[in-house]
Amino acid sequence: MAATSTGTTPLLRIRAVQKSFGSTHVLRGIDLDVARGEVVSIIGPSGGGKTTLLRCVNFLEPYEQGSIAIDGVEVGYRDGETRKRRSERDLARMRAETGMVFQLFNLFPHLTAAQNITLGLTKVRGLGHAEAKDKAMHWLRRVGLADKAERLPSELSGGQQQRVGIARAVAMEPKILLLDEITSALDPELIGEVLDVVLALAADGMTMLTVTHEIGFARDASQRIVFMADGTISAEGPPAEIFSSNQSNERLRSFLGRFSAAHRL
Amino acid sequence: MGYDLNFTLIWRHFDKLWSGLILSLELAILAIGIGCIIGLALAVLYVSGGRVVRALIAAYVEVIRNVPLILLVYLVFYGVPTVVDFAYSNTTSFVVTLSAYAGAYLVEVFRAGLDAVPRGLIDAGKAIGLTPFQRLVHVRLPTMLRIALPALSNTFVSLFKDTSVASVIAVPELTYGAQWINFNTFRIMEVYLVVTGLYLVAGYAILIGLRALERRYAIGR
Amino acid sequence: MLDQIAYAIPFLLPGLLVTIEVSLITVAVSSVIGVVLGVGLVYGPAWLRWPIRGFSDIIRGIPILVLLFFVYYGLPLTGLNLQSFAAAVLGLTIFKVAQVIEYVRGAIESVPRGQMDAAKAIGLPFHERLAYVIAPQAVRRFLPPWLNGVTDAVKGSALISLLGVGDLLFGIQKVVGRTYDPLALYCFGALLYFVMNYALSIASRALERRFSYIRE
Repeated sequence: MAATSTGTTPLLRIRAVQKSFGSTHVLRGIDLDVARGEVVSIIGPSGGGKTTLLRCVNFLEPYEQGSIAIDGVEVGYRDGETRKRRSERDLARMRAETGMVFQLFNLFPHLTAAQNITLGLTKVRGLGHAEAKDKAMHWLRRVGLADKAERLPSELSGGQQQRVGIARAVAMEPKILLLDEITSALDPELIGEVLDVVLALAADGMTMLTVTHEIGFARDASQRIVFMADGTISAEGPPAEIFSSNQSNERLRSFLGRFSAAHRL
Repeated sequence: MGYDLNFTLIWRHFDKLWSGLILSLELAILAIGIGCIIGLALAVLYVSGGRVVRALIAAYVEVIRNVPLILLVYLVFYGVPTVVDFAYSNTTSFVVTLSAYAGAYLVEVFRAGLDAVPRGLIDAGKAIGLTPFQRLVHVRLPTMLRIALPALSNTFVSLFKDTSVASVIAVPELTYGAQWINFNTFRIMEVYLVVTGLYLVAGYAILIGLRALERRYAIGR
Repeated sequence: MLDQIAYAIPFLLPGLLVTIEVSLITVAVSSVIGVVLGVGLVYGPAWLRWPIRGFSDIIRGIPILVLLFFVYYGLPLTGLNLQSFAAAVLGLTIFKVAQVIEYVRGAIESVPRGQMDAAKAIGLPFHERLAYVIAPQAVRRFLPPWLNGVTDAVKGSALISLLGVGDLLFGIQKVVGRTYDPLALYCFGALLYFVMNYALSIASRALERRFSYIRE
């Protein structure tokens, strides 16, 4: 799919975003669109700004310049002119429309798997307890963990925790799902179960923006790959183009070259 | 009085504060020194002793930790002379009290430190044929001291502040000096501002010095 | 010896009540104020954080006795004329507030940073993030030092006898002045304080065990 479908506003629109951490200029002007139902994967070397960009989308990080809009509504700042930050309540409401799955899972350790999911449903979506529990169980079933509903995160494996994390994010029915290197902290044998869940969600039409080191997954699941290095988008395109042997982008070639042949294709 | 701050009287009697500060430091140093000996001895006894020994040491620690220091000071200064024959000064009395106080807290620190010595080190000591006593002296105690260094620093700073209680039995340390100036000049705000400053600066200086020591020797900070 | 103590008990009872009263007020008030200021220290804007940090560091850097004297003798100069009891409680409370601020700071900072991120990510507003995600986890780290601090409050309360407040220690000293048997009476007083604080520490250990259900 092309970057912007003709006639429809992209679900996520990132324009000219700049961000620095102190003296380190991490994002140097990012333009990116994600259409509804599209899966876009960001790949690239560490320190390239990938995770930072993701965290700007749900305003876990502020950004100095540029705009990020979801469904046309500016995230984080009230208007481009004065750059006044949105109030906490506005931010909270906007964040309810995005779902995030974290590299370190970040499950709430004092709550069971089911409660991790119902917390957002009851407090943010305002559902009643019974309805929230039903929804939570539905999603736990979807990720294959219905029998672990009453378990605490400490009793679950990494892969199981991450699947609960996915359920927690998806149960909120967000407009877009942000996946931040969700398998990087997992033992190799647990990665598959998590990726299977994500692939199923993608097949169901979930809009996703992911940062990943799993090149195989990026190739299989995404409509578009974005290669970020040194705070800019160095290359962008469908998987076939990015991974083709005719790829002219030197930076991209050397990055991909670091992955063994088995990983790459 | 409080509204127009006038520090001249404070500076005139500053020697009382300064000598008081020095005495406070000396009291703290004595207390931690003796306290370390007590704490070390009891910690070693605790880990190697039987149930009775452990119970007695635990009782000592619990009593000291649950009774206010000022009451202990009174007990030793006013109470004990009624049953012993020899007299002792208020300063001596306070040093004894604060040392026993420090010892109780340090027993805990050292015991935890001994427990924290990695098994691997002790095994290594066994492997080269050291006797239990040699292992204690050459492996466990040195390692324990390095592990306990941060807690020791904190204890020392606490003890330094606790020396203020000595003022109640007229030991001429810093707080006593403050009260003296307070009662003789009525410069309440000024004297307590200065004394607060002195405690803060001295405490901070001690902390910096000890941190430097920790950086050189401590494990695990 | 025992009859001395028996004689003393009716004189010590009012003092004991005062000690308990002072300790309770100090702990209760300091905990409420301390938690609020502690949260302000961790999450507040710079103009809030620095004064709180400064306050906490200064108060914890001086002996309680110095603080008590400062408050007791200094307060009338600011126009506020409090009775000894009130001044003593004020001084003790200020001291405990600084400590509670530290307990809160340590407890909140012990919660992994990602928890706040996850709470934000599901759209919870600030006060709900604190209430449902941070606080339940921070409480576990907060309780042990706070419970320890309660016994510190009881021990610290003994110093108010120096300000003329009729607490347990004050009562003991009055009786000693009358009967001239310091050893027996100070020992008895020590026993009373010991029983109070030891009971508190047993209760606190039980409470800690109840809250340690989260395995790391």
